[in-house]
Amino acid sequence: MPDNDASTTTAYTRPLPEPNAVSQPFWDAAKEHRLVLQRSKKTGRYVYYPRAVSPFGVNDELAWTTVSGRGTVYSYTIARRPTAPQWAADVPYVIAIVRLEEGPHLTTNIVDCDPESVRIGMQVVATFADVSPEITLVQFRPA
Amino acid sequence: MLRPRRDERRETRDERQETREPEFGVPRSAGVVRFATGGETMSLRGKAAIVGLGEFKPSRYTEGATTLGMLAQVAHAAIADAGFELGDVDGLITESFAEAPFMAPSTVIEYLGLRAKFAEVVDLGGATGAGMALRAATAIAAGLCETVVCLTAARREKRSTSGPKRTASTGWTGRRADRTPYAEFEEPYGAIGANFGYAMIAQRYMHEHALTAEQLAKIAVAQRYNACHNPNALFFGQPITVEDVLNSPMICDPLHLLEIVMPVAGAAALVVTSGRKAKKAKQPPVYILGAGEQTTHRSITYAPSLTDSAVKGAADAAFKMAGVRRKDIDIASIYDCYTITVLISLEDAGFAKKGQGGAFVDNHNLQFDGDFPLNPHGGQLSFGQAGLAGGMSHVTEAARQLMGRAQGRQVKKPRLAFVNGNGGIMSEQVSLILGRDH
Repeated sequence: MPDNDASTTTAYTRPLPEPNAVSQPFWDAAKEHRLVLQRSKKTGRYVYYPRAVSPFGVNDELAWTTVSGRGTVYSYTIARRPTAPQWAADVPYVIAIVRLEEGPHLTTNIVDCDPESVRIGMQVVATFADVSPEITLVQFRPA
Repeated sequence: MLRPRRDERRETRDERQETREPEFGVPRSAGVVRFATGGETMSLRGKAAIVGLGEFKPSRYTEGATTLGMLAQVAHAAIADAGFELGDVDGLITESFAEAPFMAPSTVIEYLGLRAKFAEVVDLGGATGAGMALRAATAIAAGLCETVVCLTAARREKRSTSGPKRTASTGWTGRRADRTPYAEFEEPYGAIGANFGYAMIAQRYMHEHALTAEQLAKIAVAQRYNACHNPNALFFGQPITVEDVLNSPMICDPLHLLEIVMPVAGAAALVVTSGRKAKKAKQPPVYILGAGEQTTHRSITYAPSLTDSAVKGAADAAFKMAGVRRKDIDIASIYDCYTITVLISLEDAGFAKKGQGGAFVDNHNLQFDGDFPLNPHGGQLSFGQAGLAGGMSHVTEAARQLMGRAQGRQVKKPRLAFVNGNGGIMSEQVSLILGRDH
């Protein structure tokens, strides 16, 4: 599974998010080990990933809110071959779509478990990997 | 000119009902809606035809080739195939390619020495080839131009051993820098390439419906049989069995190596012209009878469903425009980057019920000489995926079959073909109905 321990001396060579003005609050919260989502004022629905506009209507507004970090595995795959060269040392690892309790889907990794034990419907909770001084990635582990 | 068929007349009545409330307040007279353009709802049916094909035999690598040069060579091949000259071409559609980060169409037009009334770039991933045919037909039907060349090509130079490097100008994919939400929220988790995405689709499908690994493998085996009758296919002369597929290495569960396309170099091109000019071409015209398109997402994460795809919207629109039924189709030319892509497309295009794709594969012979000829050229799985020319190969093969030029893999006297192009991870979908008669 992906080893995102920033304390290792080797430079982090994997792609890192490049936050922008709209997405910065998401990454700031992740750094504090909190998961935040934008929420539609009009419909109450949650949005992932962060956007400049609501996908639910032109007269809608979005506001940041902290969410539970709980969800279920909607689908997953065990990468037996690396999906990119920077992950070569990590096979087998799990890439998954997690369905958050609040509704949105996100693509992430399932970590801290045997890849063979991952199942669709499995309950998972967010875990935070500090991969660089600026960036913390949001992964999930069995709940 | 067009002789209306019975189902077409019925469709016209339906359209009249649907357009009962014109949105822009155009006055109705005698119960017939007329739009501001003065005509009835535009249909592409039979307005344009494919009359020329160009295609390079796929190869693993190119040596010192430029994409521009390959696009130009395959354009010449297609124009000559139609029996036309450069001066006959007044429209050009090209893919977006890295050598020309800006103004790709004018770059190609200049290189070829054309004078174009219509210049366009199509950027629909694997659906680009089918999308080009749709757009060429649209431009011709609208009277903007008469003869359009549609070009796709992929060079593939051996890479240096130092591995991929990211620079501001190339990004991880070796193309232009990607600053999309995909790059920000998915790539950092190793969600790179397409294997992982199609694997998650297959995994979810197997959770929701009955589908076995053997049934998926059968798709790859049938297409390899077809490729063994196509000397231009990458895997010509290399038959495989279901056991071979299941014993090939697992790449991303549940997809095995032999269920995944092999990237190659190659090129493919079409000449699309008006119904009038088609009669002057050297090849028998293959008419574009129906076309439909649907796109809802770029990343599979945000797809409305992993198992119900946008193929449905594209295919339904294409069948409706063509006025033909699923059972009238003689050849299915369906985008096949993975076996699961074919299975879901067969269902969403309406050839099998949702959840019955596995049973469909068991109950039909998908070989070119079987009862449901699928991807007679071998599909990209066995012909090779030359970038966007791989998607175009589903259009060229359907046209080649309908022209009766497919030699050792010729389906017996086909009249109608269904083509589907699929971009990204079940993202962009373009369906076409092609036919020998207009």
